[in-house]
Amino acid sequence: MDTLETLKPDILKKIEEADSLTVLDDIRVAVLGKKGTLTEMMKTLGQLPPEERKMAGQTLNLVKTEIGDALDAKKKALEEKELEQRLATESVDVTLPIRPQQQGRIHPIAQVMEEMLTIFAQMGFELAEGPDIEDDFHCFEALNFPHDHPARQMQATFFMQDGDGLILRTHTSPVQIRTMEKKQPPIRIVAPGRVYRCDYDMTHTPMFHQIEGLVIDKETNMGHLKGVLVDFMKRFFEVDDVPMRFRPSFFPFTEPSAEVDIGCSRENGEFKIEAGKGWMEVLGCGMVHPNVIKNSGLDPNEYQGFAFGFGVDRFAMLKYGIPDLRSFFDADMRWIKHYGFLPLDVPTVTSGLSLNGGQKR
Amino acid sequence: MKFSLSWLKNYLDTTASVNEIADTLTAIGLEVEEIEDKATALQGFIVGEIKTVEKHPNADKLNLLTVWTGKEALQIVCGAPNCKVGMKGVLALPGTNIPKFNEVLQKGVIRGIESQGMMCAEDELCLGEDHTGIIELDTDAPAGTPFVDVLKPDVVFDVNVTPNRGDCFGVKGIAHDLAAAGLGTLKQTDAAPVKGTFKSPVSVTITTPDCPVFVGRCIKGVRNGESPDWLKQKLLSVGLRPISALVDVTNYFNIGECRPLHVFDADKLTGNITVRSAKDGEKIQTLDDKEYTLSDGMVVVADDKNAQSIAGIMGGIDTAVSKETQNVFLEAAFFEPLSIAKTGRALNVESDSRSRFERGVDAMATVQGNENATQMILDLCGGEASELVIAGQVPDKTRVIAFDFGLVEKLCGIDLSENQSTAILEKLGFVVDGTQITVPAWRYNDVFGPNDIVEEIVRIAGYDKLPALPMRSSDIVISTLTPTQKREVAVRRALASAGLCQAVTWSFMDSTLADLFNSKKVMIQNPIASDLNEMRPSLIPNLLSAAKRNLDRGQTGVQLFEVGPEFFGVQPGQQRMVACAVRAGTTHDRHWDDKGRSVDCFDAKSDALVGLAAAEAPANAQIYKQAPAWYHPGRSGSLTLGKNVLAHFGEIHPKILAAFGIKVPVVACEIYLDNIPMPKAKSKTQKPLKASNLMPLSRDFAFVMDTKVEAAKLLSAIHSVDKELIQDVRIFDVYEGDKLPAGKKSLAVEVVIQPTEKTLTDEEIDSLSRRIVACVNKNTGAELRS
Repeated sequence: MDTLETLKPDILKKIEEADSLTVLDDIRVAVLGKKGTLTEMMKTLGQLPPEERKMAGQTLNLVKTEIGDALDAKKKALEEKELEQRLATESVDVTLPIRPQQQGRIHPIAQVMEEMLTIFAQMGFELAEGPDIEDDFHCFEALNFPHDHPARQMQATFFMQDGDGLILRTHTSPVQIRTMEKKQPPIRIVAPGRVYRCDYDMTHTPMFHQIEGLVIDKETNMGHLKGVLVDFMKRFFEVDDVPMRFRPSFFPFTEPSAEVDIGCSRENGEFKIEAGKGWMEVLGCGMVHPNVIKNSGLDPNEYQGFAFGFGVDRFAMLKYGIPDLRSFFDADMRWIKHYGFLPLDVPTVTSGLSLNGGQKR
Repeated sequence: MKFSLSWLKNYLDTTASVNEIADTLTAIGLEVEEIEDKATALQGFIVGEIKTVEKHPNADKLNLLTVWTGKEALQIVCGAPNCKVGMKGVLALPGTNIPKFNEVLQKGVIRGIESQGMMCAEDELCLGEDHTGIIELDTDAPAGTPFVDVLKPDVVFDVNVTPNRGDCFGVKGIAHDLAAAGLGTLKQTDAAPVKGTFKSPVSVTITTPDCPVFVGRCIKGVRNGESPDWLKQKLLSVGLRPISALVDVTNYFNIGECRPLHVFDADKLTGNITVRSAKDGEKIQTLDDKEYTLSDGMVVVADDKNAQSIAGIMGGIDTAVSKETQNVFLEAAFFEPLSIAKTGRALNVESDSRSRFERGVDAMATVQGNENATQMILDLCGGEASELVIAGQVPDKTRVIAFDFGLVEKLCGIDLSENQSTAILEKLGFVVDGTQITVPAWRYNDVFGPNDIVEEIVRIAGYDKLPALPMRSSDIVISTLTPTQKREVAVRRALASAGLCQAVTWSFMDSTLADLFNSKKVMIQNPIASDLNEMRPSLIPNLLSAAKRNLDRGQTGVQLFEVGPEFFGVQPGQQRMVACAVRAGTTHDRHWDDKGRSVDCFDAKSDALVGLAAAEAPANAQIYKQAPAWYHPGRSGSLTLGKNVLAHFGEIHPKILAAFGIKVPVVACEIYLDNIPMPKAKSKTQKPLKASNLMPLSRDFAFVMDTKVEAAKLLSAIHSVDKELIQDVRIFDVYEGDKLPAGKKSLAVEVVIQPTEKTLTDEEIDSLSRRIVACVNKNTGAELRS
């Protein structure tokens, strides 16, 4: 056992001095390996008389444990040191740009239409559609535009070359007729879409977008129309109050008719909703004319309701401060990247209509 | 419709301010678009009196004036030739804004002499164009009096009159509406009937149904001089040029009372007057110095020789009045609005008279109209009036409507008593007799039924009184969008997520380019531009044009998509909804770890699959190597379900690119949203996940086969070997080249095997491998690469 007493400090010293994991492992093998010094000593225990064997065994085990612990501790220390050394050599320039990731955009028209539909959905409106090429009946006649009446000239119409009286729809109102022809009241729809007018200047494009609203039942009145529009403006512009003015106006397909102005200011190209700074006309509406209800195959003595229509592009310009209508249709990537919306900018009821999708890159 | 405040006050007794009048007009449906108030612009200008005039010591053409302001004498340099001592003019003091320049006047030094103000010319105040001298005021007002108090400029309103309100194309009609709205009382302005002293030598015959009544009268011995100032000022205020008293009178009643009139020089008429349809090819020289060729159906007022006016639109030059005119024949007639509108449009001639007749003037006021004008002609030009000549019959333009006053609340939700409603109607000129309401003749073209009466009541009561009511809560709407519409939204968001920017381009395009895209020649008769003359047969061409514009601006890569209609016929509904993505040039800018590359067919295929997946298209669409002619024949394909084409994708044909002037590669896909079948209604519950605890393993194979063999065939052959164990097959290398015989290619695949019940033994794995090789060989002829 004397050997053990001298051996132990010697081994511990060697462990302490080991400067690499390889050296440390060599020590482990030399001491605790199959033929290691301590292993050999364990083997000799059997030759001792039983009363000494127990004592010697205990001593030997204690030393073995002590050495084992020292090996583990040293190993951990060496591993840490080695990792530190490795990490010291591993380094990147974190300021280098990331790999290319393309971020697409949703066009403001599509975005704003989704916003509008989100609002109208909450009010119980369903979506309806109609064709871009229309016939005279649905676009004018059924909507109570008399033949040769100056009201027809209010809207510069594109005519198709073939097909008698076929035109590009000048407004989304024909969807009113198509809906009433197909569906029994109660009707509560909105119909967004492309419309066309033969007009092209600073503020007009030959194609633009409208959204049409129609409610037909037995009791909806002009007060409901006002309620819906007041509510819509607040939700769309995401402000607590929108100054609004309902003015009597004229459309062949509504009676009484109204135009709606919102109170706003425009300074340095910036549009702001506020009272007392002037009015801007934003939409036309009214109670559906009894002739229109009749022309759609319903009984005007039984049914009544309201209709409204307004320009989607125009509302997009106002809300998001987009200056030029013509630029909407130019497909300039710089414009779309700037004014467009991220794919995750989904208008929702829960997080508000606009700008939920993070930063544009 | 323009009118001045003083003109309005001819008809309306009111103390209301300009702003009150404007606000009320807008509130009752006569939207004020502009108020022109010169007084605002002329604030600060005062009357100045010239006390001395001397030559400027340093300039020949300049004068040095002393001008009295009422408080002090100022030294003013002035270049006007008409300066004279004692003259009163318009003086601007430093600090006054000069309307012409919209700049504030500063004290200045002119040729070394200080000028302490400015004497103004007409043009500098925007009162006219004259700059030959300074304004000379003929006034008793002392120096220092504000100029506006001397000028008393009129306020001019410009009102947007809707086409239904023919009556408000006369100042009197507007006054009537304002009176009904409580802004004053309507004045009685009608002249008493003038008693004719002789029988008109000119008789009138009507031979067309488009003129129910014609009221004429001769006035002899008139002197047609200049109109008095009050009349000239009225006409000038609304932008009409005074011509002569006789003409000015007709214009006055046209604008003032919406009563178009015409005066013929009676001495230039041959024989009698006939109101008749024009003869085809008949010509007339009109007052605007133009010649019009008329056609059958157009109404003319003719004498025994020729047409002397295009009825209700414009008079002829041959019988026009002049300074020398002594005897006139005055016409007040009624012409049918449709006839006037048709003629006016066919001849493309605009006039104040036409715009009024086509919106409908008060047919029953024809006689009174003639009387009013006669009286004014007699007052201004003297002369002697004949008896009236009335041809035809004044038409009955009254209409009686049965009206239930409860409709006001039913239709508008506004609570007005029957008395309140009745009072409004009566002020507007309606006659209320219980539930029978008689519409006044001047509203004949506007008020047809009960809804119209409701509008009359509510607009005068005020739309601001409409309550804002919440919508009745309807049945809960589960989804506002139809499945097709939901798809559109999803595809849009998916393509944008794939890095594409959404464009919205015209539905029309250039027909010469459309010919390259299977054009169905859906042509527009009156295009806005010659290169926007056909409804697009595909979304690709407009996006190619857009790509070209972006490339020309220096973009190296373009990523655009559009979701919109393409057109395959002229009938309503012959259109389909397409999502189209176009990528051009390089995939992205150069990067230190990703150099970028030119776009290729697989970028387009990827966009097609992304779009289809977003639209919930079935995953088992077949891929065929064929696509429309605008794609590269070897680098394009279609995704189909049987005969149903879901999408095309591929490189755009070089010839097409050349036609658009594009010099970089372009790829595109078109997804036909309407062709994607609706998924079967299925449970929202997902199938349970089967996740194995056993490790998957993979084996690599390299197969050599004919180049024509499609990868899809190889993949499906491998999958078919064991649908349960083979979880995935990944192609990780494609090789064609020197190391292989000509006509051969090598595809290297990694087959992922997922044991299901127990770990596979080596024998089992070997057996599976052998079966894979055999099956591939059988289906594709491929051999393992050695």
